[in-house]
Amino acid sequence: MKSNNSISKRNDLVRKLALAPYSVWAVLFIVVPLLFVAYYAFTDNDFNFTFDNVARFFTATTSVFDKQGMPKEVHTYLVIFMRSLRLAAISTLICLLLGYPLAYIISRAGAKTQKVIITLIMIPMWMNFLIRTYAWMTILQDSGIINRILGHLGISPIHIIGTEAAVIIGMVYDYFPYMVLPIYSIMAKMDNKLIEAARDLGCNSAGVLRRVIWPLSLPGVISGITMVLIPSISTFYISQKLGYGKFYLIGDAIEGQYAANNLHFAAAIAFILMVILLAAMVLMQRYADKKTCA
Amino acid sequence: MKTTSKIYTALIMIFLFAPIAVLLIFSFNESKSLSVFSGFSLHWYSELFHDYATLNALKNTVLLAVCASVIATVTGTAAAVGITKMRNKYLKVTLNTVTNIPMINPDIITGISLMLMFVFVGRLFGAATSLNFGTMLISHITFCLPYVILQVLPKLQQMDKALPEAAMDLGCTPFKAFYKVIIPEILPGIVTGMIMAFTLSLDDFVISYFTSGNGFQTLPIRIYNMTKKTVTPKMYALATLIFFVILMLLLISNLADSEGDKTIKEARKRKKMRKATEAAN
Repeated sequence: MKSNNSISKRNDLVRKLALAPYSVWAVLFIVVPLLFVAYYAFTDNDFNFTFDNVARFFTATTSVFDKQGMPKEVHTYLVIFMRSLRLAAISTLICLLLGYPLAYIISRAGAKTQKVIITLIMIPMWMNFLIRTYAWMTILQDSGIINRILGHLGISPIHIIGTEAAVIIGMVYDYFPYMVLPIYSIMAKMDNKLIEAARDLGCNSAGVLRRVIWPLSLPGVISGITMVLIPSISTFYISQKLGYGKFYLIGDAIEGQYAANNLHFAAAIAFILMVILLAAMVLMQRYADKKTCA
Repeated sequence: MKTTSKIYTALIMIFLFAPIAVLLIFSFNESKSLSVFSGFSLHWYSELFHDYATLNALKNTVLLAVCASVIATVTGTAAAVGITKMRNKYLKVTLNTVTNIPMINPDIITGISLMLMFVFVGRLFGAATSLNFGTMLISHITFCLPYVILQVLPKLQQMDKALPEAAMDLGCTPFKAFYKVIIPEILPGIVTGMIMAFTLSLDDFVISYFTSGNGFQTLPIRIYNMTKKTVTPKMYALATLIFFVILMLLLISNLADSEGDKTIKEARKRKKMRKATEAAN
């Protein structure tokens, strides 16, 4: 009895010793830095409390010319934020539409084929994303590879670079694997008998997809959407290169303020982005729980 | 696979590999152009090996990745062992949530948050610039740790809990039981975690961008500075080399993982109990 007690005490000590460095590290370098974002967001240059930085995000205006050439005032950062949200949402939707069928195809293939295709999908992720983006620039340019090929085929050149379409192509390319992989991993575990049973009971292909495959794959879809949406909302390089800097995104705004040494305003934008993403994630998790429980 | 499925998969693969093919091909271009191929040459590779700033950045990157991945692997493995032994449910959930933060949070927020803290603390000590190799190392360890923990935790959960107990019953100290019995059991997870940490550190741009000082340049930051000006195929040559190094590391980690799962498992099963007894003596 006594020796048992001392072993469990020793075990306790080992556990605490093993956990201590990481716990300290996590508090110091994960939790505290996030508090610093809030602290900088709500203080001015002399570290006095202020709402100005956060307010500036919602109230700052710029004058632009509308389609008729008339000057008008727009909310600078709200416009940037809505643009980020829109482009990220479109990219995520395209990733889902392209990735969902692919994940299904892979999950139904033979074990060896599955492994090969999944590895192939992961390979581009390990190419530095700055270089990938730059390579797209040379492909999409007016005198780039696509237009050269079109020229050889006798088709008139298309103008993509510097448009929103180019930014979306860049985002889809960079984050596509993050959509396919989670959906695939759920689908690979899916029991084939369920699909056969549904068919035996008279379901057509559309019915099987809508009533069996889609609901079962929903957790994968949700994590895929999160994993594409979050980095594409906050990206700051793609729009500068593929959009020729014409489509300022929220990540560009943070980076710009950082480069201009406006740390407090950069922190305010980061803080607002963090709060919005957190709220979105909680809502999505609620929706997922409701759907998968029902 | 049906024909339509095959065509669909092939089209996606073309999309995924088009830029990589462009990089590989144009790194051997004779001329400066990135869109017209004029002839094969290794000119840009030799230019790359004479570019002092890039070579220095390469040295920095490797140094940083080695330090960060080793420290993250040691701390992360210990943490994973601690987490599996935790009994307080609420503390466990809290710690897991905190561990997930760097993976869920956008890189730009992780980068900004660390930078703000470093700048603030640096100012407290009156330093003009507080961003240097140390701050970058801390940042890299921070974003690598969750990946190491995530690789090691499942291996610990799969492990037979009776093994370390048997070793201790036979007279092992908990520490001896740990490195003679537990470590060999979870080694594939540790190796995969370390390689992942290494490649993540090697490839990271966003967090490095915010936490690096002026003096310390890693390859991704060097690439960023290169793309601000006109880019020559030299950068593609660099990308091609990095690409193959990372590819090799991934292959090794895949091998380590599958070997650990299949071939070695059989042999290990026989060795298991013998090891426990040996360790005790």
